[in-house]
Amino acid sequence: MPEKPIKGEKRYFMTGNEVVAYAALAAGADIMYGYPITPQNEIMHYWTRLAPRYGKDFLQTEDELSAGFTTVGGVLAGKKSFTATAGPGNTLMQEPVSMAEAMRLPIVVVIQQRGGPSTATVIYSQQEVTMTTIGGNGEGFRIVYSTATHQELFDYTIKAFNAAWKYRFPTFVLGDGYQAKMRESLTMYDPEEKGIPIVPSEPYVGKPGVPGVDRPPGQYRNTYNVEEELYEVVENLARDFNAIAPEVAEYESLEAGRSDLVVVSHGVISRAVKEAVSELREAGASVGYFRPVTLRPLAEKELRDAANKAKAMLLVESANGQMARLIKDAAYGCKAEMIPLYKPGMGITAEEVAAKIRSILG
Amino acid sequence: MSLQLAMPKSWRVDTKPHKFCPGCGHGLVLKALGQAIDELGIQDRTVYGCDIGCSLLSWDFFNFDSIQTHHGRTTPVITGLKRANPNLIGIAYMGDGGGYAIGSQHLVNAASRNEKITVILVNNTQYGMTGGQMAPTTMPGQKTETSPYGRDPEKTGYPTQGPEMVAAVTREGAYVARGTVSNPRQLRGFIKKALENQIQGRGFSFVEVLSTCPTNWRTNAEETWKFVEKEMTRYFKVGEIKVPEPRHEEGK
Repeated sequence: MPEKPIKGEKRYFMTGNEVVAYAALAAGADIMYGYPITPQNEIMHYWTRLAPRYGKDFLQTEDELSAGFTTVGGVLAGKKSFTATAGPGNTLMQEPVSMAEAMRLPIVVVIQQRGGPSTATVIYSQQEVTMTTIGGNGEGFRIVYSTATHQELFDYTIKAFNAAWKYRFPTFVLGDGYQAKMRESLTMYDPEEKGIPIVPSEPYVGKPGVPGVDRPPGQYRNTYNVEEELYEVVENLARDFNAIAPEVAEYESLEAGRSDLVVVSHGVISRAVKEAVSELREAGASVGYFRPVTLRPLAEKELRDAANKAKAMLLVESANGQMARLIKDAAYGCKAEMIPLYKPGMGITAEEVAAKIRSILG
Repeated sequence: MSLQLAMPKSWRVDTKPHKFCPGCGHGLVLKALGQAIDELGIQDRTVYGCDIGCSLLSWDFFNFDSIQTHHGRTTPVITGLKRANPNLIGIAYMGDGGGYAIGSQHLVNAASRNEKITVILVNNTQYGMTGGQMAPTTMPGQKTETSPYGRDPEKTGYPTQGPEMVAAVTREGAYVARGTVSNPRQLRGFIKKALENQIQGRGFSFVEVLSTCPTNWRTNAEETWKFVEKEMTRYFKVGEIKVPEPRHEEGK
């Protein structure tokens, strides 16, 4: 049985879903639990074709609740476990994710956003930002990477497994239907050959020895008797999450501290924004961009710095202000005026962004 | 003569006395489970999952690894765990609300897939932890907080026949039984056979246990015992429903 799916560096031309399946293999994932929903299905299709060749496993469950909770079980057994979903499936996924949040279980969830609310479209949106970052009955103690390219889908899927097992918070790769289905070029690699160490997994239960005799039993709960007991738990979660935030938070920016207008976007839309900003800068416009790569936690310091130096921020997203809520919350009290460009469930082109920038700068 | 502690070896002594109400059947079920695990010598590789509802009070009951999950979700957590590490013995412990209402899709599908896990479901005919509401197992005419004039089967159906349902969706290799806290010796035997079925990798194993809830039934000791022994058994037949032997096939 070949041990590694990818050796050396190699160029590929494939769909985003296929990239995720390869990246999970490269990251050392052991088992995927999944339930069909468009547009993530091909992650399962490729995983089920690849997995047996590398001694990996798959279970198709009865729904996304089960997919999420079996993933939780896989992690408890000490295996790198993941699932993938979208839309209404993401809604159901919030229940197991909240358990993972409460108990610091490093599950990895890949989301390929589709239209919402409800069944909506199977095609594309950025409308699962609120749910993915702060969904569930909790406080949003999770790491969310929003990817823009197939290269990033590969890089950040590997990073998601490492971050999950290093920090022990549930971790999302937030893609979308466009990234899931389109084909583009990327370079795949074995992370360890590139100097990216793979964070090992370890079991929570079933460790060697007789519990109560050779070792204390590993007993995990998420329910508490009184307010004070819970308060202490949540305070600890918040403290730990805030402590790792500066290390985890990632962003990209161009002239964000030196431009009158800063365009903020995430995911696939940031590609249109970059193109529009570069084009207008060449024409002499005072415009830059800021793109959070992690939506949870946000690179708050850098974002606030940009929001204090710019006159205005243009918030561009394929949702009705879901990213904007995160940005405005983080930039509360900063001086930049916040201008929306929201197209829920629709793609946004560089031309549209450029036209909006021109209308703002006059 | 010193008093012998009648606790199974696999119980955690430092978490006793347990947290269940006086007269609750959970203690008897968990004693039978502890004894079965002692007899099988599997304390070191048992992983115990408990649901939401009164069953969650058992999260630190035993000296083996345990996970308290969400309402109805213990079956998929133990399924995922067993799939990831088949060497573990996975036990999902839940009430009738968790198994037959909110988590019924998980129970049916885990049984259909013949997951190599053991589900122990405690049937006390109502939701205990939330204060005694009607459950799928509530008896016709039984008064609960959400059926204050008695359960009307015309409007809300008859009690769920859980083991019969599980037996119907499983293939040979599965083990399905219904025990009762009024016969602990028999119950211990059923649970032991269910665990043996998992150890031998034959298939899904499921034991429903008829149990008591004097707090929400508002019954004294005598009435409690009468209800579990006489009333509940009118709808819920105690015994083995499916044992892991191949079905008889014509011409073989």
